[in-house]
Amino acid sequence: MTLSGLLVQLLNGLVDASSLFLVASGLSLIFGVTRIMNFAHGSFYMLGVYVAYTFVSHMGESVGGFWVAIILSSLVVALLGALIEIVILRRVYRAPELFQLLATFSLVLILQDLALFIWGPEDLFGPRAPGLTGSIEILGRNFPQYNLVMIVIGPAVLGILWLLLNKTRWGVLIRAATQDREMVSTLGVNQAWLFTSVFALGCFLAGLGGALQEPRIPANLALDLESIGTAFVVVVVGGMGSIPGAFLAALLIAEVKALCIALGTLHIFGIDFPMSKMTLVAEFLIMAIILVIRPWGLLGKPQAAARNDHSAEPPLRPSLPIFKWCTAALVLALLLVPVFEETFPYAQIILVEIFIAVLFAASLHFVMGPGGMHSFGHAAYFGLGAYGAAILVVTWKLPMELALVAGPLLAVLGALVFGWFSVRLSGVYLAMLTFAFAQIVWSIVYQWDDVTGGSNGIFGVWPSDWLSSTTALYYLTLSIMLAGILILRRILFAPFGLAIRAARDSDLRADAIGVDVKRVQWVAFVVAGLFGGIAGAIYVFSKGGISPEAIGVGRSIDGLVMVLLGGVQTLFGPIVGASIFTWLHDSVARETDYWKAVLGMIILLIVLLFPAGIVGTLSHLWHWVKHHILLQTKKEEASK
Amino acid sequence: MSLLTIDNINKAFGGVKAINNVSFELPRGQLLALLGPNGAGKSTCFNMLNGQLKPDSGSIKLEGVELVGRHPRQIWNEGVGRTFQISATFGSLTVLENLQMVLLSRDKKLFRLWTPAASYYKKEALVLLDQVGMADQADRACSVLAYGDVKRVELAMALAHDPKLLLMDEPTAGMAPKERNQLVMLVKKMVIDRNLSVLFTEHSMDVVFEHADRMIVFARGELIADGSADDIRNDPKVREVYFGSGKSFEAA
Ligand SMILES: Nc1ncnc2c1ncn2[C@@H]1O[C@H](COP(=O)(O)OP(=O)(O)OP(=O)(O)O)[C@@H](O)[C@H]1O
Ligand SMILES: [Mg+2]
Repeated sequence: MTLSGLLVQLLNGLVDASSLFLVASGLSLIFGVTRIMNFAHGSFYMLGVYVAYTFVSHMGESVGGFWVAIILSSLVVALLGALIEIVILRRVYRAPELFQLLATFSLVLILQDLALFIWGPEDLFGPRAPGLTGSIEILGRNFPQYNLVMIVIGPAVLGILWLLLNKTRWGVLIRAATQDREMVSTLGVNQAWLFTSVFALGCFLAGLGGALQEPRIPANLALDLESIGTAFVVVVVGGMGSIPGAFLAALLIAEVKALCIALGTLHIFGIDFPMSKMTLVAEFLIMAIILVIRPWGLLGKPQAAARNDHSAEPPLRPSLPIFKWCTAALVLALLLVPVFEETFPYAQIILVEIFIAVLFAASLHFVMGPGGMHSFGHAAYFGLGAYGAAILVVTWKLPMELALVAGPLLAVLGALVFGWFSVRLSGVYLAMLTFAFAQIVWSIVYQWDDVTGGSNGIFGVWPSDWLSSTTALYYLTLSIMLAGILILRRILFAPFGLAIRAARDSDLRADAIGVDVKRVQWVAFVVAGLFGGIAGAIYVFSKGGISPEAIGVGRSIDGLVMVLLGGVQTLFGPIVGASIFTWLHDSVARETDYWKAVLGMIILLIVLLFPAGIVGTLSHLWHWVKHHILLQTKKEEASK
Repeated sequence: MSLLTIDNINKAFGGVKAINNVSFELPRGQLLALLGPNGAGKSTCFNMLNGQLKPDSGSIKLEGVELVGRHPRQIWNEGVGRTFQISATFGSLTVLENLQMVLLSRDKKLFRLWTPAASYYKKEALVLLDQVGMADQADRACSVLAYGDVKRVELAMALAHDPKLLLMDEPTAGMAPKERNQLVMLVKKMVIDRNLSVLFTEHSMDVVFEHADRMIVFARGELIADGSADDIRNDPKVREVYFGSGKSFEAA
């Protein structure tokens, strides 16, 4: 590596730091005031790129026209943000954190399909910035002029934000709200409009960050999740709500990534480390380290406890006999399905998919319901289990039966490591860290071609001969799923199940009666990881292989939706949720290109109207009816 | 030797000195009341005793064993039970399960994954609940109980591992006067029967003067008086603090 090469990489780092800062500062600002971690922030960034593409293509031929187009695009995004805040987010400010995260995630899905609808699936290359198309020479290397402008814009925006926050009344209010939300309501400020304006400002910054990328990168539909991951990392590392913190963190992360690229491939102890491919891993590692040694970030302040009150949940009770009989009847019916193969040829295949989803959802429910830890990265364990099994069969030539047992052990290993870090945090921070770990797993799988097959994945992982028929695989999956559910249920009623619910309800009390809360939660993590891994392993054999798409963010979120759709408060909820979700996915996705938007709407529906999920809502309804009929009959008796 | 020896502990929050050079001892078998107006530092003192907070300096010894720097979990293991000013129980567990949790923790059985928890310590838990008059509500969820009942469950939990030292931060808040008396009498009985030592705060002076063996008074983080009911009643500093805070001492 030459000195000039290093210098250019460091300058590139500064360019990235600027655009990172624009996106992250908006995210941080919004979190500071509204306490909502806006998953959709990356989507506003993506829309910034798309809208700028359209505007610049139409009016960006002159220098003035280009910059007007950039500002106009940012304003359009800000306006959309304000609209969304008023229509949707206002309704979730008082909801539990989990629901807020999901509501904003539903926006990710909807906005992505909106972009697909307007701009189509192709990558769009926009025109370059007039007057800045050339490059200058630095130590004999070319450096684009436009990038120099980018380097300046980051600090400039930081300066403007500082003035805004310190020299205007609005800014003072924003800072006050960031420090103490209760105080603002006593100041007699219209809190609703303060929130809307802050959200719009945050979206403006995201939109600007995107619009400024228009000459540099093609507009595409993957920009939202790509950017949100890194923006989260920046905000968490910098300290939530701190703008200077976001700047510092953006600088740190962008430069570390630039260094990784500059280093190229390192040879240490005879092993090649492709550092240039480690950029994603590097940023999440920085975050994991910061979260553990300084959980509130570089310049942030410790946050108040999360508002996730599970303690009003009803106690777990053993099932009524009628419920047990119904379950037995259902299992019997499932056992008989292969008999009707002629009439329903497709039934076994979709049911296998459902069984896997049920086991996955039940394992996630174990940590997020009774465990109270909202994992946004449960796909990691599914993925580790799946890849573990696939590698054992394809590379190590082990038989399927062994791989099915040993594969999930990789998931257990992952859960041991990730869980150890995660249980040290709570609330949004825990959600972000689990998300980060899942991203790390995903990017390692994606980039480690030699072992995981990279973006192609691993194929040709078929079951042993005696299990290769559809029906044999059906019975195998059914029995694994049933055993998994029964074991998880058994654990929840055992002393350990009591302990995880107790640790969730009150860590104060748990501490004061000698419970090692972190250890209990750690073990809960590992148990969930094991069953998530089993679901992944069996998935590999049902599909004949595995690829990175199957273990990405999407799977983590699908799991969350399944659990919430059914209802997080009951053990039966995730089973119903996973079944309905999978069936819905299967039937709707075949009819439309806009499955994501549909899924987004479903999430919004749950969050805004049925927070108890299907099973929870039905059981409320049942109690309500019972109560009213009882009242009615009592009244009638009284009148007689 | 005293059971508990507190030597020159200090705690400041930012600039506020919540506890300032406090020392006192608690012998075995004594019911010691900790008095003081709001914000005097009572809860802060409790939090340092059970390891919730770490003192800035000073030492806290239980039978010669240093407690400063230890985790609440370890201090509980040494035989210290506590209740909180805002009671902390496990809301989504039943009253019975709350007690079973403590007993499972006492015998290090929390990591058992198979046998249903319902089959552990049911009798013992019911006996403990019966003591505080909560056995008939054993099957209800803690989250739906009346506040006074939650306090009672919490007391039963704090007593479940048969501690040497019991810390109670306002154990009778939310109870009717008659219930308050009963509860403190119950604790007093254990002090006598089991040689238990108790440190408690209580805003009802009637209760304190009737049952406490001894009392200490905090004001603005400092210990200003220590003695019997009569000593405290006639202490000029105590009178000043209570009249100063606008509270009538006798009627409070
Ligand atoms: N975690 C904390 N951070 C900052 N200040 C605190 C904290 N805990 C207590 N304080 C302050 O320390 C002082 C003592 O508080 P403490 O809760 O110990 O009083 P108290 O005697 O228990 O009062 P009360 O009768 O109202 O319960 C008060 O000024 C309080 O504001
Ligand atoms: Mg107090």
